[in-house]
Amino acid sequence: MTAYIPESQSETGVTEVKNTTCYMCACRCGIRVTLRDGEVRFIQGNPQHPLNKGVICAKGASGIMKQYSPARLTRPLLRKPGSERGDAEFEPISWDQAFNILEERLYRIRDTDPKQFALFTGRDQMQALTGMFAKQFGTPNYAAHGGFCSVNMAAGMIYTFGGSFWEFGGPDLERARLFIMIGTAEDHHSNPLKIAISQFKRDGGRFISINPVRTGYSAIADEWVPIKPGTDGALLLALINELIKQGLYDREFLIQYTNAAELVNLREGNEYGMFVRTEVPEEEGCFDPQNKLWWDRITNRAVLTHNKGADPRLMGEFELDADTPVKPAFQLLAERVKDYTPEWAAHVTGVPTETIRRIAHEMGVVARDQKIELPIPWTDVWDNEHETITGNPVAFHAMRGLAAHSNGFHSIRALSLLMTLLGTIDRPGGFRHKAPFPRPIPPCAKTGTGPESVRPNTPLGDLPLGWPAEPDDLFVDDDGEPVRIDKAFSWEYPLSVHGLMHNVITNAWRGDPYRIDTLMIFMANMAWNSTMNTERVREMLNDKNEDGEYKIPFIAVCDAFQSEMVAFADLVLPDTTYLERHDVMSMLDRPISEYDGPVDSVRIPVVPPTGECKPFQEVLIELGSRLKLPAFVSKDGSRKYRDYPDFIVNYETEPGSGIGFLAGWRGKGGEKFMRGEPNPNQWQMYEKNNCVYHYPLPKSYQYMRNWNKGYLEWAQRHRLIRFAEPINVHLYSEVLQQFRLAAQGKTEYRQPPERLRKRIATYFDPLPFYFDPLESQQTDKDKYPLKAITQRPMAMYHSWDSQNAWLRQIHAHNYLYMSPEVGTKGGFDDGDWVWVESMWGRVRCMCRFSEAVEPGTVWTWNAIGKASGAWNLEAAANESCKGFLLNHLISEELPPGTDGDHLSNSDPVTGQAAWYDVHVRVYKAEAGAQKTHPQFKTVHPLPGMKATPKSWLAFFAGRRR
Amino acid sequence: MTQLALVIDLNVCVGCHACVTSCKEWNTSGVAGYLSDDRPYGEDPTGTFFNRVQTFEVGEYPHCETVHFPKSCLHCEDPPCVPVCPTGASYKRPEDGIVLVDYDKCIGCKYCSWACPYGVREIDTHQKVMKKCTLCIDRIYDEALPESERKPACVLACPTSARLFGDIHDPDADVSVAIREEGGYALMPEWGTKPANHYLPRRKTRIRIHEDELVRADNPLKKEHERPVGPVREQTLDDVTSW
Repeated sequence: MTAYIPESQSETGVTEVKNTTCYMCACRCGIRVTLRDGEVRFIQGNPQHPLNKGVICAKGASGIMKQYSPARLTRPLLRKPGSERGDAEFEPISWDQAFNILEERLYRIRDTDPKQFALFTGRDQMQALTGMFAKQFGTPNYAAHGGFCSVNMAAGMIYTFGGSFWEFGGPDLERARLFIMIGTAEDHHSNPLKIAISQFKRDGGRFISINPVRTGYSAIADEWVPIKPGTDGALLLALINELIKQGLYDREFLIQYTNAAELVNLREGNEYGMFVRTEVPEEEGCFDPQNKLWWDRITNRAVLTHNKGADPRLMGEFELDADTPVKPAFQLLAERVKDYTPEWAAHVTGVPTETIRRIAHEMGVVARDQKIELPIPWTDVWDNEHETITGNPVAFHAMRGLAAHSNGFHSIRALSLLMTLLGTIDRPGGFRHKAPFPRPIPPCAKTGTGPESVRPNTPLGDLPLGWPAEPDDLFVDDDGEPVRIDKAFSWEYPLSVHGLMHNVITNAWRGDPYRIDTLMIFMANMAWNSTMNTERVREMLNDKNEDGEYKIPFIAVCDAFQSEMVAFADLVLPDTTYLERHDVMSMLDRPISEYDGPVDSVRIPVVPPTGECKPFQEVLIELGSRLKLPAFVSKDGSRKYRDYPDFIVNYETEPGSGIGFLAGWRGKGGEKFMRGEPNPNQWQMYEKNNCVYHYPLPKSYQYMRNWNKGYLEWAQRHRLIRFAEPINVHLYSEVLQQFRLAAQGKTEYRQPPERLRKRIATYFDPLPFYFDPLESQQTDKDKYPLKAITQRPMAMYHSWDSQNAWLRQIHAHNYLYMSPEVGTKGGFDDGDWVWVESMWGRVRCMCRFSEAVEPGTVWTWNAIGKASGAWNLEAAANESCKGFLLNHLISEELPPGTDGDHLSNSDPVTGQAAWYDVHVRVYKAEAGAQKTHPQFKTVHPLPGMKATPKSWLAFFAGRRR
Repeated sequence: MTQLALVIDLNVCVGCHACVTSCKEWNTSGVAGYLSDDRPYGEDPTGTFFNRVQTFEVGEYPHCETVHFPKSCLHCEDPPCVPVCPTGASYKRPEDGIVLVDYDKCIGCKYCSWACPYGVREIDTHQKVMKKCTLCIDRIYDEALPESERKPACVLACPTSARLFGDIHDPDADVSVAIREEGGYALMPEWGTKPANHYLPRRKTRIRIHEDELVRADNPLKKEHERPVGPVREQTLDDVTSW
């Protein structure tokens, strides 16, 4: 080249530009894809997209290397007869053969015992379809990955204020003045959070990060508060203690919008700890009837809540009558946190007392003195008219660092209460909901309640996942034992609203609660980074009965790439990439809504499928049609939907409901939204509009949505909710108290099995409390003095990107990071090979010293280590030789104890996998170590996979100039 | 005279590497491409990147900062890589100050990379030429692109808008204002290379809470206490003196 040609002629070849939605992580940014001669040349953020506003991340900008990765599966594969699972010996078959195999097998299962089919998926942003397939099939054994991801966050917050972080709500950093981020991975919520944090900092906001490790977002925090893993609950309860002690809480908010002032019955008996009610409501439904009492300080007597002119007490002890002592819920909270002093918490968390106190004061004073007032009139559900929307500008964000502990549910309840005390729920500068949230507490959806809910050739009458409101909602048999394979919604984990995918393989292998026939896994690496106890789980997947039959007889895996799990499949279904398929980010699922109103979006293929790849959605529709599941066939039994796009346009939740997967451009001509007849041109309308539909609510409906009459009636009219009733914050949780009463034998509700009574009575506390995580309670901490956690790198999404030639150059292998003190004590140096050992096993890896880590914590990047040969990497690749997984050190079950021999290593309330509870020790490895341990037999490329370029790669899109 | 440059705000850079890979994807198929990758699926993969992020720690626990530091060619106003080039391949454009390499003249001798004190030149061992950041010269003048997108790929990509692009010789340009008002600095000024790219330092926001802010007349705790009612039973001055 002699000179640069500064004009568009520099781009030779035929270029086209198409919009779709990214899927390099779960964030779902709008992308604009430039193709040259049909090859992907450039992927940029779509400037017109409300989520990412034109920006893109490292992963999104590396989509080209995912699309053309040699790890792509391109043909359906069947395990070779006589080969072992894990050997990855396959022969290619046709799709028709693959469908025949599945149809024959699934037909037989559905005709006899539908729960023998288990469908578990790594992704939960298409569970409207996968969940519907399971329901139609009639199996309760379905869930997405939420149970091992962050269900504590969803459950802890939704059971408290009817919304949650990430897809359903988040911090309003545009208006906040103080932002506290606790235990957040860099991918929830990726680009929007980066955009918001940087703008917040530029606007002069103060950013405090509480995290054992200072990476990513924490790096740019104004203050980093290192904390010991798993102790967040102690810190949060101490902050509440100090706020109450100083009177730094929003009294008016607590009274009007929460159950803080409602009177709790303290008379011994079956109503103990329940709110006193004046009358039984005329209509029962999933809402809180307004029939509770306040103690009015003016008339000094009990009055109905929200009684005009009343001014209730938040504190004190009263008597309704001679036998009925009562206290406001807030009084019980004040009593609860009385001993959770900053001094106490300093000891538990490692955060100095003065820091705890100062942060509490910063929160309380900013919330109180920097009040926001927006000139937006609105009316609350009690018909009070307000001239303004007000807000207290203290915002929080938290994710897995809080959630992935067995005490996470109560930590997150404590965080939710802290946010409530500061008066920041759905107000400017605080937490804001995203449609279709807020939901009632708990949401209406319920599962079946007993074995009779599962019947041959019959769809489930209820949903496979739901939100128990009381013990009678549990999915258990007459003995109180689980109906589901993962034991979700049983007395072991009653509020496991996202299931327990992390226990499915172990339970099915052991046959406890029963054996299954077919396990179908979509996009989840259950033989590697998505499972705990990886080495043993791989053995279970390959384990056989004495008769030679596999303990899990049939495993089907759908994935776009040669993940470690693929090697363990009997049948492999090659999925498309995100650039090759239609997809919906649906209001029935987890849409991409903004604070100002509902938003949903789509993917539209920008390139044709590679090889014989078929989107999993098409697989489900084909199977649904072949099996004649009612939703997929017409009355005469003929196939109802041509393909997935046709299904998306024409499916209605029931005939004539007008509710479908996409909310935008409904009605025959696209003139309606949320609800309306199918529109044959719906896809085209999304395509013309950047693949996104956004309905900004009127300003007066954008805040205080739990109690906003206008919003609730709008939401009801558009069928987002059934009841336009207030959603008061459950500062005090009656739902939890009902389970406790049952466990104490005080109610006529269903009773837990004897072995679990104590566990339920302990952990179903209506107010948050702090306890040492379950595994910690059973660990010899003198032997294992350190805690081990993982962090999520920004340039890698789980295990997805090691096959990406560009991204793997950023993280080819991982180290174990630790304070230099650990090395000094153990007699090893920065960069040395070390063993990291828990009570479950040990891993050899390389260490790196870091000052940016709490000294009692060691950490590594998640899912960088790979099994040899997987993802079509060479046997010498860093990922398998120098990279490692921490998962080998973490058990999916707790040590046997009084509550049971095989309890999940999970939160006892929600079944959230307790990834970060493990304790370890670190010591120098033997001289000469050169590889991480454990190592696994190298798997070879599968039929249909591209050969990897051995020496070098020079990607240049399209025809060469 | 125009001097185009990047100004990188370390106060908001979270080290996400969006600039790194968006640069790679634009430029590998652009006029400066390809950008090769050695052992892309094997041991110690390494490739040509015009822009890299270095991460380092400052201070000791717990008073420790983690700094993410993106680095690419700084387009020096007095670039040491230019005079050392024996073939004239390495040159600085008079019209906009961008430092470029003419691949047709480059013999891959690496003198320029030895001369560069910042380590931002990348030898391509396959094409045997030296490669480097062009400030996406094939984007910034491309009139087929909307004006808002005539920026380097890294600038468009950056989720925290930590990368500003413009003419640092124009006192009214965003980049100049940022350098002037927000403490922008150049790397290793003692070398006299006058880097055009600048960095903005970390800034801290603190809140000072005065003790008396905790005590207020409208403290809600006051609502929970009983008001004194009726006469006091104990002795008062009323009982003991008549003045």
